[in-house]
Amino acid sequence: MAAYTIRVNGRAETVESWDPGQPLLYVLRNALGLQGPKFGCGLAQCGTCTVLVDGEAVRSCMLPVSAVAGKSVTTLEGLGTPEQPDRVQAAFIAEQAAQCGYCTNGMVMAAKALLAKTPRPTAEEVKAALSDNLCRCGTHTRILRAVLRAANAT
Amino acid sequence: MTAISALSRRDLLKAGGAIVVSFSLPAAAHAQALPPPGKTLDGSEVDGFLAIHEDGGVTIYSGKVDLGTGFRAAIRQMVAEELDIGVGRIALVEGDTALTPDQGPTAGSTGITRGAVPIRQAAATARQELLRLASERLKVPPGELAIVDGAIAPRAARATPLGFGDLIGGRRFSLKVDAKAPLKDPKTYRLVGKPLPRPDLPAKATGRHVYVHDFKLPGMLHGRVVHPPAVGAKLLAVEEASIKAIPGARVVRKESFLGVVAEDEWAAVRAARELKASWGPGTGLPGNAELPRLVRESAVAEETLESHGDAPAALASAGAVLRARYYWPPQSHASMGPSCAVADVRADGATIWTASQATHKYWPHFASFLGLPKEKVRLVYLDGAGCYGMNGHDDAAADAALLSQAVGKPVRVQWMREDEHGWDPKGPPQLLEVKASLGPDRRIAAWEAEMWLPQATKGLPNIPLISPTAAGLPQPQGLSAGLITQNADPSYAVPNVRVVVHWLKDTPLRPSNIRAPGKIANSFAVESLVDELAAAAGMDALAFRLAHTTDPRGIEVLKRVEALMKWEPRVGPNRAGAGRGRGIAYVHYKHAENYVAIGMEVSVDRASGAVKVTRVACAHDCGLVVNPDGVRNQVEGGIVQTLSRALFEEVTFDRERVTSLDWASYPILRFPDAPEVIVDLVDRPELPPMGAGEAATAPVAAALANAIFDATGARLRDVPMTPERVKAALQHA
Repeated sequence: MAAYTIRVNGRAETVESWDPGQPLLYVLRNALGLQGPKFGCGLAQCGTCTVLVDGEAVRSCMLPVSAVAGKSVTTLEGLGTPEQPDRVQAAFIAEQAAQCGYCTNGMVMAAKALLAKTPRPTAEEVKAALSDNLCRCGTHTRILRAVLRAANAT
Repeated sequence: MTAISALSRRDLLKAGGAIVVSFSLPAAAHAQALPPPGKTLDGSEVDGFLAIHEDGGVTIYSGKVDLGTGFRAAIRQMVAEELDIGVGRIALVEGDTALTPDQGPTAGSTGITRGAVPIRQAAATARQELLRLASERLKVPPGELAIVDGAIAPRAARATPLGFGDLIGGRRFSLKVDAKAPLKDPKTYRLVGKPLPRPDLPAKATGRHVYVHDFKLPGMLHGRVVHPPAVGAKLLAVEEASIKAIPGARVVRKESFLGVVAEDEWAAVRAARELKASWGPGTGLPGNAELPRLVRESAVAEETLESHGDAPAALASAGAVLRARYYWPPQSHASMGPSCAVADVRADGATIWTASQATHKYWPHFASFLGLPKEKVRLVYLDGAGCYGMNGHDDAAADAALLSQAVGKPVRVQWMREDEHGWDPKGPPQLLEVKASLGPDRRIAAWEAEMWLPQATKGLPNIPLISPTAAGLPQPQGLSAGLITQNADPSYAVPNVRVVVHWLKDTPLRPSNIRAPGKIANSFAVESLVDELAAAAGMDALAFRLAHTTDPRGIEVLKRVEALMKWEPRVGPNRAGAGRGRGIAYVHYKHAENYVAIGMEVSVDRASGAVKVTRVACAHDCGLVVNPDGVRNQVEGGIVQTLSRALFEEVTFDRERVTSLDWASYPILRFPDAPEVIVDLVDRPELPPMGAGEAATAPVAAALANAIFDATGARLRDVPMTPERVKAALQHA
């Protein structure tokens, strides 16, 4: 089995996989116990599996583990904790911007990537940045408010 | 009464304890406390619903569950209010057949009304008993005692308060729920009516919340199911050698049920994908394009659901009759996370962790197909992705149970995206033909609605699940899609009304209840034709509705939307609006529950046919508002989701199988489509609370169609209101 060294939430991790094509999502959720990223479609269509790879929002459900060797991966858990959430997470909590919360991982990670590049986005820019992240419960208006709140919290 | 003696204390500690911890607030350390020995599941007993632990903390045992609705916050508020204890000291166990009373499925917007209200009465009974116990100990009459933060002391004298734990901690109440136990006066509420935050969001926003998808057991295998290429196809042969290169992958086959298991999840995914199998022909589907015609032609029985006055006679003698046909296609729950479950089935008992909205309903069924006595089977609710009705969660639970039974180890099954879109039970197609006439007073004189709907099977305990059917195991046969006939007559006083349903024996794809079953399509038809009647009467759409409304609660929500929309009276479409328009719709939900009015603003691009909803205003009366932010979240979400259904969604299928298998072929609303949503809640603390998960969805599609009419003069009567359909309608406008 091939081994890959990945920096995950600031720590160097060595993971093994029998298949270089195994998507990063399965490695994170099972080998590393990081279950913030969720399986939604396996087709990079919905965004629930989003993680940051070297700061870019990436769909981990189709990204082979072999492609992230030597790179730095950040998951939802790497941003903050329930007691000390990061500012985007804190904004989602403050706006109560979820129902089932299954899409929340992708929304928070996509917002992190957006705010890193565009610290003061307009509402239209947020909508455009999140347009490929799907929410089925219809919490779009709250998520939009949460991202704008996080932007204004700096 | 059913007791939990069949399960050992150790089992409860292992399983129940873990569940309680994952659901509890971080501060609620007492949540790890076990239920009192022999905990009853009898909902007529206080002990069925509530336990007080030695540290004075409280655990609620609720048959209803939180499907992402905020129920978890609201029920704590209601119990904390009656007991005068902080919400942070209340833990909650949900939908666990070994621990919670059977309160029916979490469906039909009944979490609060039929779940929390009885538990509130148990809390009021407990309060009465705690005061009696304290009175005995303190030698002070109960009326002179006060409860502050979970402790009881005399109002007058300074004395060390007696905590709930001191009075009854770890012991049983052994009391029937007293229907007459006094409830708090709403004027004194401290918690009910406040927008308390949901306890699960900090963990959800930081990746620590344990969904069923995240639940793991030692030695657990990952499973995947292989659904047939055509609905109803029989499995002929499997080439197990086709997956021999995938480490640890094993095939499980029982008649036409086919699955794979592996230690590594990705190995299970690849094995399911690469396994070669040959299948016989399917049982055949009509193809979705044929569906409206087929539905219209295949009725087997007729039933009159509502009849007063003489609608046929009134319509026959009317000068002009407006008539229209409305069609709502089959739709998917389209949950963000494909359905998932974990099962540990042993020779002597089984535990299934499931996101089912109906653990108790499915309990006997799981026992039956696993061949185990019911008391040896336990279904435990864990959060899934939002489901809005029965999605694939129960099927995935059956898959996991059959795979675990076959391999003798715990198995986790998660469906893939194509499984969820392809095989979740669907909201059934709905066809309505409606006729109505105006009287000389410009009021609605007669109303006749005909519906074509699949007939629910009488006495059906639950709809059949996929894998037991495929495996040839005992299954109830039949169909059910919830109470889909309601709200087919206007929410106004009309002198002559007849509502008839033409029952269909079957429907092409297995149906189930999907949010506000039936009532979204029915209200779409009703409030669209009411809009046409207003135009025919030469009246403003809102004024016409107000003229027909006598219930003050209905008038209130209509007037509030009038104010929110800055509604200006107008007759007929907004010819000067350059493609911009506004619409309104109203419902008295089920003629018995919530009052909802919705106003909507749209702009329509005449060239492309694209509709953009810019603003929605909703006034909502659900009686007592337990948690206003929770209600707002439900109302907002219901509106946005129903816009998605009305604008974008239709399950497509060919003669063999569903073809809308991903988010490209089954598009839903995205951020750029999401309108501003304004929600105005009418709070009526003196009235009982009603659910808020469904009612606001009912007027959405009609408000949208009426706004499109206002913007363009075109009437949309088929869902989804795609650009192609809008353009086609514009040619006739």
